[in-house]
Amino acid sequence: MTSDLARRALLRTLRQPANVVPVIFFPMLLVAINSAGLDAASELPGFPADSYLDFIIAVPFIQGGLFAMLNAGTDLATDIESGFLRRLALTPVRGTSLLLGQVAGVVALSLVAAVVYLTVGFIAGVTVAAGPAGVVALLVFAVAIGLMFSSIGAFVGLRSGSPQTVQGFFPLFFVLLFLSSANLPRDLMEQDWFATVAGLNPVSYLIEGIRSLVVTGWDPAALWPAIAILVVGTLVGGAAAAHAMRTNLVRT
Amino acid sequence: MAPASGIEVENLQRTFKDLTAVDGISFAIEPGEIFGFLGPNGAGKSTTVLMLTTLLPPSGGRASVAGFDVATEGPDVRRHIGAALQEAALDPLLTGREHLRLQASLQGLAKQTRDARTVELLERVGLTDAADRRVGGYSGGMKRRLDLALALVHGPSILFLDEPTTGLDPQSRSDLWEEVSRLARDEGVTVFLTTQYLEEADQLADRIAIISRGSIVAEGTPDALKGEIGRPSLEVVPSDAADRERLAQVLSEFGPATAAPTGAAAVRLEAGADGLAQVVRRLDAEGIGLNTFDLHAPTLDDVFLAKTGERLADEAVA
Repeated sequence: MTSDLARRALLRTLRQPANVVPVIFFPMLLVAINSAGLDAASELPGFPADSYLDFIIAVPFIQGGLFAMLNAGTDLATDIESGFLRRLALTPVRGTSLLLGQVAGVVALSLVAAVVYLTVGFIAGVTVAAGPAGVVALLVFAVAIGLMFSSIGAFVGLRSGSPQTVQGFFPLFFVLLFLSSANLPRDLMEQDWFATVAGLNPVSYLIEGIRSLVVTGWDPAALWPAIAILVVGTLVGGAAAAHAMRTNLVRT
Repeated sequence: MAPASGIEVENLQRTFKDLTAVDGISFAIEPGEIFGFLGPNGAGKSTTVLMLTTLLPPSGGRASVAGFDVATEGPDVRRHIGAALQEAALDPLLTGREHLRLQASLQGLAKQTRDARTVELLERVGLTDAADRRVGGYSGGMKRRLDLALALVHGPSILFLDEPTTGLDPQSRSDLWEEVSRLARDEGVTVFLTTQYLEEADQLADRIAIISRGSIVAEGTPDALKGEIGRPSLEVVPSDAADRERLAQVLSEFGPATAAPTGAAAVRLEAGADGLAQVVRRLDAEGIGLNTFDLHAPTLDDVFLAKTGERLADEAVA
């Protein structure tokens, strides 16, 4: 059942080019612009990478996750609005299967997008310091990030029942990306307030965990905080989404 | 307890804060019967369907569907029912075939039987040619037919149709009626049909319950309900408008006057259609020329009017 629901979620996404194109091309466009415009930053004393491209390639993984959040939330909210969820409620399928199916479809797209990010990155000269196993770890991170953000999106979608509300939340999360260490290491940020905000922003730690695999190699100090955030974020988001699903899927 | 494919409802209630949407209704539906639940918008039809399909817990009373209590045996009820609720809830991005395959999977059909069932249902509802087109491009009638097919995927013994023909063109409506009739006649499916269309209830339903403001005000076969009203009405337009008053006076000898359009006079015939010849002779004797002379059999709208004091036809465009 879950695999059929995941297939539906994936088909839905693939059949809406407006949902696929941003996930794959928008992050790469931002990488191209930033790595061209900010390449000189890699000359700064203390900059952790030899090339700015190596440094910035972690960012699309987060952007992909944010789009997964948008897609998962919008799809579920649309299902509530159209009555499709009510149709599903009349089948023996369980709420958790419905949720997992929806999220799995969206996460699959995150994985495909991550493969594209890395392929384009390798062609442009990115090297992964953690080696082939590091590439696998990057893909696992992409899946985990997609899972965490899509569970948050699913919660918002199920709670609001309105695709517009989900879309309204999206920029709020996007701001978190720009208030993080996405473009510059925290220790090189000159503005104290920005460094403080970035230090409090969980997205910084996610980026730094992914970045460490590309730039440093296997660095537990960078990886564990990212893993902890993903585990906690997924558990909290998943539990909230499951609760919201139960509320929506009222049946005796 | 209701029979295996019947429905039994006793004093069923549903309130939403201060609003009583369903106010202690009771009825029983026999297996294989088409039961029409007729009422205007907001009468409580859809709330009743939601309770009977386990999607809304009742506030009071009890109901059993296919022998299972809707409040405490929801999963068992759902195994035996199919439902096409108001507004075909379809995914515009999926094809008709994909919808049916997904539904078959969610209903737990074995993998090897899903495709065959899909093909069979597409054929039955006349969507074979459109099976691989996305539903977003379907007409309203096609969506309703797919909706019906989805409700039938797991071979339910009881089918709930909530205003299935609202917004459909006459041809699509007639096609759907035919399929619903066939399901009841050939497959013994019990059908619970809500509608605000008098004609639909009249043509399709074996028995009808009329619901108004959350309460059932009448129940029976369409003929029996119309029989309660009993007498037909006669509406006459004189050839000379000046005779209108005299005409009304003559007609009043045959029964109480009823509402009539401008220029016409109408009467409820106390003697029924048998008194028609006498009316004609009387008018002839009075020398009143006739422009039109129409006998109206009682309709369900007359029943609705008699039971509620309102006309259903004013709210629903039949």
